[in-house]
Amino acid sequence: MIKQVYDVVVIGSGPGGVAAGIAAKKAGAEDVLILERDVEPGGILLQCIHNGFGMENLGEDLPGPSYAQRYIIEAQGLGIVFLLETMVLDITHQRKIIATNKYAGIIEIQARAIVLGMGCRERTRAQIRLPGSRPAGVYTAGTAQRWVNIEGYMPGNNIVILGSGDIGMIMARRLTFEGAHVERVLEIMPFLSGLSRNYVQCLLDYDIPLQLQHTVKRIIGNDRIEAVETTRVDDRFNPIAGTEEIIPCDTLLLSVGLIPENELSRKAGVAIDPNIGGPYVDDDYQTSVPGIFAAGNVVHVYDLADWVTQAGFRAGENAAFFAIKTRNRELRSIPTTAGKNVRYVIPQQINKDNLAEKDVSLQLRVRQPIEAPSRILVKCGDEVITSKAEMYARPGEMISIDLKPKHYDVINSACAITVDVVERE
Amino acid sequence: MSQLEEIELICVTCPKGCKLDIIREGDTFVKITAGCKRGKEYARQELTDPRRMVATTVKVNNGLHPLVPVYTASAFPKPKIYELLSILRELQLDAPIHINQVVLADALGTGIDVIASRDLPASSAI
Repeated sequence: MIKQVYDVVVIGSGPGGVAAGIAAKKAGAEDVLILERDVEPGGILLQCIHNGFGMENLGEDLPGPSYAQRYIIEAQGLGIVFLLETMVLDITHQRKIIATNKYAGIIEIQARAIVLGMGCRERTRAQIRLPGSRPAGVYTAGTAQRWVNIEGYMPGNNIVILGSGDIGMIMARRLTFEGAHVERVLEIMPFLSGLSRNYVQCLLDYDIPLQLQHTVKRIIGNDRIEAVETTRVDDRFNPIAGTEEIIPCDTLLLSVGLIPENELSRKAGVAIDPNIGGPYVDDDYQTSVPGIFAAGNVVHVYDLADWVTQAGFRAGENAAFFAIKTRNRELRSIPTTAGKNVRYVIPQQINKDNLAEKDVSLQLRVRQPIEAPSRILVKCGDEVITSKAEMYARPGEMISIDLKPKHYDVINSACAITVDVVERE
Repeated sequence: MSQLEEIELICVTCPKGCKLDIIREGDTFVKITAGCKRGKEYARQELTDPRRMVATTVKVNNGLHPLVPVYTASAFPKPKIYELLSILRELQLDAPIHINQVVLADALGTGIDVIASRDLPASSAI
């Protein structure tokens, strides 16, 4: 059963989101909800079946799915609720979340704190402006990774990979394992963009050539890709004439960078650093919107999932602190309401604890003018706490009246304050 | 008397990717320069009996997904990797699968087990 209000709601169940949930619960959040659009928690770790996860945080060399499962089990043990197959559509500045799934239709949830854990997206063909025709067979490396490792499809048999990012190199080895021929890996920069160890254990081990300062100049093929035309580039990435080569292939994989995924963050009004594509965060991983935190690749792209987990812990803990403070303020605050002949009262909420130490000024306007001696009455139910005399009460003239520490005891046990303005008898 | 041989490797033990410099005389390691102790061990291992962690998938009947990811419980002899993969390609398992469940025991007589990387519920359990 999904509640309407949660202390902490996390968007995404990858390593950052699950860690945030765990840390939030441990730091005292009463209830933590993790929203995930896939059929199971884990995020992209589930398709990263290779080893290399957990060395920093767990002292073990684990595949991605094993690493994910450790933290998911810990989260479930702490009573964190996972709502799966649920897509978040919108987040407001006031931390209201609109989501949808096929069981409940539209869901509205109010969070006292939110942790954004949407991860990142791969750069696509359109974003690197690859010229040529638009046949089938051109995919991002991560898409191919999901097909091969989870869904059981091969993207093709004869493969060229553009970009030496880690996923591209890992997929070069993976596709070789599954019987495909990986023709080569091309990298436009004069250096490797992924980790050196992946160059050794994914490319060198299987004699897959890496060509630095090379790129794809043109994609050839109509229904299905048939070849790519490659070229060497100079230091300014300009193609060098005469270095072109036609390489037959049935698949081109792109491993050309990752971009933090912040469509939802923008909807919530979170300020994004244009240099990085992720939200501006402080050292608590709080974004520019109070109570909205961000963890992991949604902020910037990490080399290691272990580091994402660590960032998630920090964001989740601080989200819990924020939520607890917000909850206490809700518990310790009392609403003010406009009573007889009053249009509005400011502030709409009074923090009882403030009143224990200092005066709290109520400011209001009347609806109808009273051109006669008037009285302002501040009441808890029928009991008048304090009152003040005025010569007139006019809509154009703001009236103020102070609550004092001596009123604390009455207000501390009250559930609402009403202000009336009446003609003096 | 065999000659001194200088070898350069890149360490794959951790994400740092340190350069390893090895001086070898026949089967004897004269000097290994590495970033840490594990790097030295890796260099020695790599030049005598190279091994890699192997991760792949195995077919599953009636599972939430048609495949389950598996991996070697420890680093596996490099020359036997393709043979291992062809054996794993022939395997079929029935869901549910549990994490660390042995999928192939004592693979190719190496004493190394291939184990499941995750729980995989049966498709009807979802």
